[in-house]
Amino acid sequence: MTKLLSIRGLRTWFHTRAGVARAVDGVDLEIAPGETLALVGESGSGKSVTALSILRLIQEPGRIVAGEIRFDGMNLLTLDDRRLRAIRGNRIAMIFQEPLSAFNPVQSIGAQIVEAIRLHRRTSRRAAYARAVELLEQVGISSPDIRVHEFPHRLSGGMRQRAMIALALACKPDILIADEPTTALDVTTQAQILDLLKSLQTENGMGLLLITHDLSVVAETADRATIMYAGRVVEEGPVATLFTRPSHPYTAGLLASVAIDDLPPGERLPEIPGTVPSLLAMPQGCAFADRCPKASGAAGCFTKAPEFSAVSPRGEHRVACFLSAMSPAWRFPVPAERKTLPREMEEDEKIKAKEAA
Amino acid sequence: MSLSGEKAEEKKKEGKEAALLELADVVKRFETGAGTVHALEGVSFSIRRGETLGLVGESGCGKSTVARLVMDLYPPTSGTIYFDGHDIRSGDEKTKKARRARMQMVFQDPYSSLNPRQRIGRSLEEPFIVHRRGDKKERQERVAWLLERVSLKPEAAKRYPHEFSGGQRQRIGIARALALRPDLIVCDEAVSALDVSIRAQILNLLLDLQKEYRVAYLFISHDLSIVRHMSDRVAVMYLGKIVELAPRDALWRHPRHPYTRALMSAIPRAHPGRKNGERIFLTGDLPSPLAPPPGCRFQTRCPFAETRCRNEEPLLKTVEDEHWIACHSGR
Repeated sequence: MTKLLSIRGLRTWFHTRAGVARAVDGVDLEIAPGETLALVGESGSGKSVTALSILRLIQEPGRIVAGEIRFDGMNLLTLDDRRLRAIRGNRIAMIFQEPLSAFNPVQSIGAQIVEAIRLHRRTSRRAAYARAVELLEQVGISSPDIRVHEFPHRLSGGMRQRAMIALALACKPDILIADEPTTALDVTTQAQILDLLKSLQTENGMGLLLITHDLSVVAETADRATIMYAGRVVEEGPVATLFTRPSHPYTAGLLASVAIDDLPPGERLPEIPGTVPSLLAMPQGCAFADRCPKASGAAGCFTKAPEFSAVSPRGEHRVACFLSAMSPAWRFPVPAERKTLPREMEEDEKIKAKEAA
Repeated sequence: MSLSGEKAEEKKKEGKEAALLELADVVKRFETGAGTVHALEGVSFSIRRGETLGLVGESGCGKSTVARLVMDLYPPTSGTIYFDGHDIRSGDEKTKKARRARMQMVFQDPYSSLNPRQRIGRSLEEPFIVHRRGDKKERQERVAWLLERVSLKPEAAKRYPHEFSGGQRQRIGIARALALRPDLIVCDEAVSALDVSIRAQILNLLLDLQKEYRVAYLFISHDLSIVRHMSDRVAVMYLGKIVELAPRDALWRHPRHPYTRALMSAIPRAHPGRKNGERIFLTGDLPSPLAPPPGCRFQTRCPFAETRCRNEEPLLKTVEDEHWIACHSGR
């Protein structure tokens, strides 16, 4: 299948006073028409920076230092500003986590949708308004002919996110980038919004880049997923494969953390020890090595960064790990219980027991 | 001992042990420029010693108001909150202070709850100073022990909050809540702001502490999976009221209130292709707490609402052992 968007070797670095933070350091990904690709990672993994880099929305001190982003035969990173603006919000649209800060607070949502339409299409104001009402109806906003004149703060969180989606869809984009679209919403509203995105995608055949930290959202909506850790892609593959046969220990650990429903309640959970390394002081070898129970010096985990390579015969499942031959049953260990009462606490305990008696 | 004898023994034990925390018909209203916000309307529940009560509900349902009332940060409009048999508003300052030492809180955002200009050691020492426990040397020993207990190095005492990651700061928040060995810890969305890989570390810590010290938790969260894992009993709130209250297993085996069922069916599952039954989509939005709907508060969104639901407010009543719901249909 031809790819709609392909990113090769993207590096977006932030040149701060404390040093160079390699927020995105060599990311590759591709999206086909009608496909949903989930970009998964924890805070600081570089997923949002990757998304912002696609539309060149990175602000100082951030800079895209290397890479190529190909869309419809063009390289978005070398395009001039005028032609890039013709793509932004038109052929590639984006929705954000917090719609209240993404909307202009002093303009009605209708006016903002009309502006987006008239920026890219030659239509009359009246026709654009009619289209705005139509869009609001399409995203499931009740009485759209009234809501179109409403200001953003007058809408509830779920409603606002729907209006944001209507705005993004105004010009029928080829690609929709959704950056944590449901993180700020309640679960019942989240279910509605994800369902809406899926059905709109089936109607329009657009590619969807879904950025999220929530693996259960991925399981529900995405076809393929790319897992990021500390600015690099660690694993990529079809969702069904990733969830049943993860090849990277980090992916396995994330899955174990969300599979809390499968464990007997009240039991201790498997944990990924330690924390994410600072982007300013990345280890020389694999970024995950010092949290990985399988890492070994012999394999080279601590000395060199692992290559991103295929683990399935057809190459759709790829991983960056020296020890990628993992058994599917492998789990992060449940750490031992810690129990130490210092002397004075023991005394407290005795006093309490006495009082109770 | 015969089986029935054992049961009777258990009953006796339960009966003897009064609830650690009890809310009796608590109402909280806020007067604002736009009108009266009905934040809580008649909330009652209790927590036993060493027990975890989960409190779930969506934003704006009044979960955090419950937490603040329990911590005595503001008084209820009506109703009473009992801690260990005493009204938390009763007694002189000295009694109140002693009572407050026994209940602590862990906040969602540990960064805004730590003084940015104080070293961690000083922040952790604060509870001991306020409640006059130990001399300087003893206090420092305890701080070191607390840090060790939450898996931080003793050197952490000399550092400032901004030098720590989110997960580490949350551990400091837990260490501070633990300092005075409270009987009750209120966890208000304590793991919601943390990354999934860190979440398990904090949940394990909370589980260990409970096992070790028999501390009770009021565990407030919007995440049903986590509440299920942590709680013995669970209360589901909607628009300032408890709609269902049941032991964990009973609630998951047989959720009865339509809102509970909608909430459970809306959780995305972490298994592609595996769904949790038919999804119940709720239409519309949460009504404004400025003007809650008449009758059952859920009637505007309930797929099963009848005439009765629109006129008459359902009361919380028991349908099974310890399983309470507020619904006319009582499914």
